[in-house]
Amino acid sequence: MKTTGKVSGIISNIVIVKVDGPVGQNEICLVHLGDVQMMAEVIKVVGDKAYVQVFDSTRGLKIGDNVDFEGHMLEATLAPGILTRSYDGLQNDLEKMDGLFIQRGTRTEPVDYDKKWSFTPLAKVGDKVTAGDWLGEVPEYWITHKIMVPFIMEGEYIVESVAPAGDYTVKEIVAVVKDSDGNKYDITMVQKWAVKRTIRAFKEKPRPFKVMETGVRAIDTFNPLAEGGTGFIPGPFGAGKTVLQHAISKQADADIIIFVACGERANEVVEVFTEFPHLDDPRTGHKLMERTTIICNTSNMPVAAREASVYTGMTIGEYYRAMGLKVLILADSTSRWAQALREMSNRLEELPGQDAFPMDLSAIISNFYARAGLVYLNNGETGSVTFLGTVSPAGGNLKEPVTESTKKAARCFYALAQGRADSKRYPAIDPLDSYSKYLEYPEIREYLDTRMEKGWSDLVGKGKTLVQRGKEAYEQINILGDDGVPMEYHDRFWKGELIDFVILQQDAFDSIDANCPIERQKYMYLFILEICDKKFSFSDAEVCSTFYKGLINLFKQMNYAEWQSEAFDQYRVDIDQYIATKESKNKED
Amino acid sequence: METKAFQKVYTKIDNITKATVGLRATGVGNDELATVGGRLAQVVKLSGELVTLQVFAGTEGIATNSEVVFLGAPPKLNVSDDLAGRFFNAYGEPLEGGSQLDGEAREIGGPTVNPFKRKQPSELIATGIAGIDLNNTIVSGQKIPFFADPDQPYNQVMANVALRAKADKIILGGMGMTNDDFLYFKHVFENAGALDRIVSFVNTTDNPPVERLLVPDMALTAAEYFAADKGEKVLVLLTDMTLYADALAIVSNRMDQIPSKDSMPGSLYSDLAKIYEKAVQLPNGGSITIIAVTTLSGGDITHAVPDNTGYITEGQLFLRNDSDTGKVIVDPFRSLSRLKQLVIGEKTREDHPQVMNAAVRLYADAANAKTKLENGFDLSDYDQRTLKFAKDYSEKLLAIDVNIDIESMLDTAWGLFSKYFSKSEVAIKVNLVDKYWPEA
Repeated sequence: MKTTGKVSGIISNIVIVKVDGPVGQNEICLVHLGDVQMMAEVIKVVGDKAYVQVFDSTRGLKIGDNVDFEGHMLEATLAPGILTRSYDGLQNDLEKMDGLFIQRGTRTEPVDYDKKWSFTPLAKVGDKVTAGDWLGEVPEYWITHKIMVPFIMEGEYIVESVAPAGDYTVKEIVAVVKDSDGNKYDITMVQKWAVKRTIRAFKEKPRPFKVMETGVRAIDTFNPLAEGGTGFIPGPFGAGKTVLQHAISKQADADIIIFVACGERANEVVEVFTEFPHLDDPRTGHKLMERTTIICNTSNMPVAAREASVYTGMTIGEYYRAMGLKVLILADSTSRWAQALREMSNRLEELPGQDAFPMDLSAIISNFYARAGLVYLNNGETGSVTFLGTVSPAGGNLKEPVTESTKKAARCFYALAQGRADSKRYPAIDPLDSYSKYLEYPEIREYLDTRMEKGWSDLVGKGKTLVQRGKEAYEQINILGDDGVPMEYHDRFWKGELIDFVILQQDAFDSIDANCPIERQKYMYLFILEICDKKFSFSDAEVCSTFYKGLINLFKQMNYAEWQSEAFDQYRVDIDQYIATKESKNKED
Repeated sequence: METKAFQKVYTKIDNITKATVGLRATGVGNDELATVGGRLAQVVKLSGELVTLQVFAGTEGIATNSEVVFLGAPPKLNVSDDLAGRFFNAYGEPLEGGSQLDGEAREIGGPTVNPFKRKQPSELIATGIAGIDLNNTIVSGQKIPFFADPDQPYNQVMANVALRAKADKIILGGMGMTNDDFLYFKHVFENAGALDRIVSFVNTTDNPPVERLLVPDMALTAAEYFAADKGEKVLVLLTDMTLYADALAIVSNRMDQIPSKDSMPGSLYSDLAKIYEKAVQLPNGGSITIIAVTTLSGGDITHAVPDNTGYITEGQLFLRNDSDTGKVIVDPFRSLSRLKQLVIGEKTREDHPQVMNAAVRLYADAANAKTKLENGFDLSDYDQRTLKFAKDYSEKLLAIDVNIDIESMLDTAWGLFSKYFSKSEVAIKVNLVDKYWPEA
């Protein structure tokens, strides 16, 4: 029998329920308000009082109103048909909702239960299987969606029967498996999973050894993100977090993109809704929307569901990873999730940590980031979840709890600098503060040796040093004046600028420059380093700056030209010519 | 408010604080309204039979035997076309007499528009101010605040913007407004003959601060009526959101909540987002555009209120006194309109994006030249020219007293370019230079 209860206290969206039976931590319950049933989650139990956070407004709720407990935690529904959908934080399909406004207690099905999918069996009768093993597959747009032994099934099973190839709905039985005691279990294409639990249906989680290419030079060339790795982008407002995340979501070399709009502006999600169905994925030629799922819990939607949204996104990501796919999860912004935790903790009157955030914030963030990763599945295939979150630090100050906690958990740090944003140097990723720990991984260094060029990681280090020296020279020039420093300082400064303008800066609104393929990045970077190795001499600072400004202009045109086009090659010739002229002039002097 | 037959009346209050009263009562709904000794109050906490009520006007003079009447519903506003041309207090009651409103009683602070049903904002709102139209173009459905110090004329600028924008309705939400400013708005709207398009909800400094908390929800409920039901283009003016946040802090403090940054409640982001996110472009053509004011303390944008606001709104308009021209300008560096990309160069002349960027870049060069000068270094000829350009640019385009159409703004900018610079220094695409560079 299900546990029921009655409302005995209300503080904003925290409701205290007097229960008549057992309740579990994080169990889901339904709070009845007239005809409306609002979902809520147990977050604390004291004696026969359960504290639940309601995923909706509690306006009008009364003492004594009924509550039904559901006996399970918050679950995601996992089945073919998740791609292209737009869900709220609790996986309700937003498109299926009636009316302009989201009414309280509205629930819609996350997948289509009537649609038939073309099933092909993979497993054979008698096969030994465990959770996550592939029993069959159906095409979902251009990906092959595997039908798996549900993740909640523990231990080993023998396949008793598999349905023949044909069209089935997600609820039809496609296989029967048997445990060692001879109990039989029917398997359909749909399974459920508690979102706050990690899906562990894999053999091994090695260290990441490949790079996830994003087409953004400041990331791929300077601080690469590993496939199955984690990274975060902190930045004050107006620094370009969202533009950068949108660019990555369009260009990243991933099979599946899960975009979690967590407590951010609705108009930004509208942009994704409006653009993605029309944009082509440059790698596959399919529509971008066909590899994308959006979890949308904008800032004005219920706070408790905001917390759930990141977990829902992660669970869907892990599900597709178990099919051997490359998944990229983008969350904008994890600070809003942390703030949701803070609001709850505050209402529960817990003792606060720094800036009134809960004490265990750091642990919660670490646990969440740890769910990302590259895995070897039971059948030896690889799948990966790469996670990239943004952080919105209060006042742009990176010494606040969310940034600091995330810094401990994530391996890549892409700091957006206000100064760069102010001078319109986009993307505003600070070349010196940002880092990728993956550059130190021997696995990644080896990978880059073959993917890019022998000794690539050291070349990256060399570029960073040049930028650093450029910055130092700039500071000296500022203090001592143009004529107060040796001519060489001007040359150093401008070499730093050259790398900044040509490699680090990128025009996200230009159709060509927005997405820079890795081969092109390699070509340009080596070209720039080659120039930086040259020694030029200048008679005065004015001549020096004129020379480099001219050079930067040529390179910018080259960045705007189509890769390997005639125009592109012509710019290469022009630049070589420009350099040669300068060199011969130097010799004459 | 009259007592009706079915309403529950209580006369035994258990505890009284500065802003709240507690009593035992049954059958009370969360967020429900009540009157306490004739003053409006709202249920903020229920614990068994103990009900905590927040009294908007404060509890001065409330006695333990004061009459408490529960009204059985959350705050509502009667919506109808009769709202137009009227002035109301924070409770939605007509100011200066006048009849009570008829119409459908609608709960304020209602549900959210389904993000999937929204449309992408695409209609330009022209204000005649080049600092806005040229550099930080506003689009219908956008939410954008003025960041200004208290001594700057933000209310005047906002009144100008409101009157020049071609909105079907203008809804003013005044929070902690001085009576003088309130009368200013009233006169400006009256003189412009625009009163029939205006609806005002005003909490002046004479009124209790906690009442302010109702003002944005009242204003936006009226806005949603005109936008969603009538398909009208609605412009909502909220001034001053910093005073709204102060009221939030007062309440959270009296409710014994743990403050976070700058003594603001931990829920400040969600509280502000709930208001600003009402800005929307609807599929029926109606829209709600929100222009707000966030006053700063000495230009500090890292304070919790402007900081959280910046993360929520689609840009900000930064007002600054320009010492070179003695005028108040819209700062081109710190201002931003995130939605301008949706209209510039498409709804406006093709050269708009490039002209805008070139002018700001040259203005930045002037700022560098100024620093150089202050540090005692010699200025090059180019530096000298940027300084002259900056003065003209500031006076003819950035100043808030400019009122011209966007084409004239672009032509003015081209004029300044050709006056002070060569074509290559301006570095605009060749085909645009050929077309728009003024011949000497």
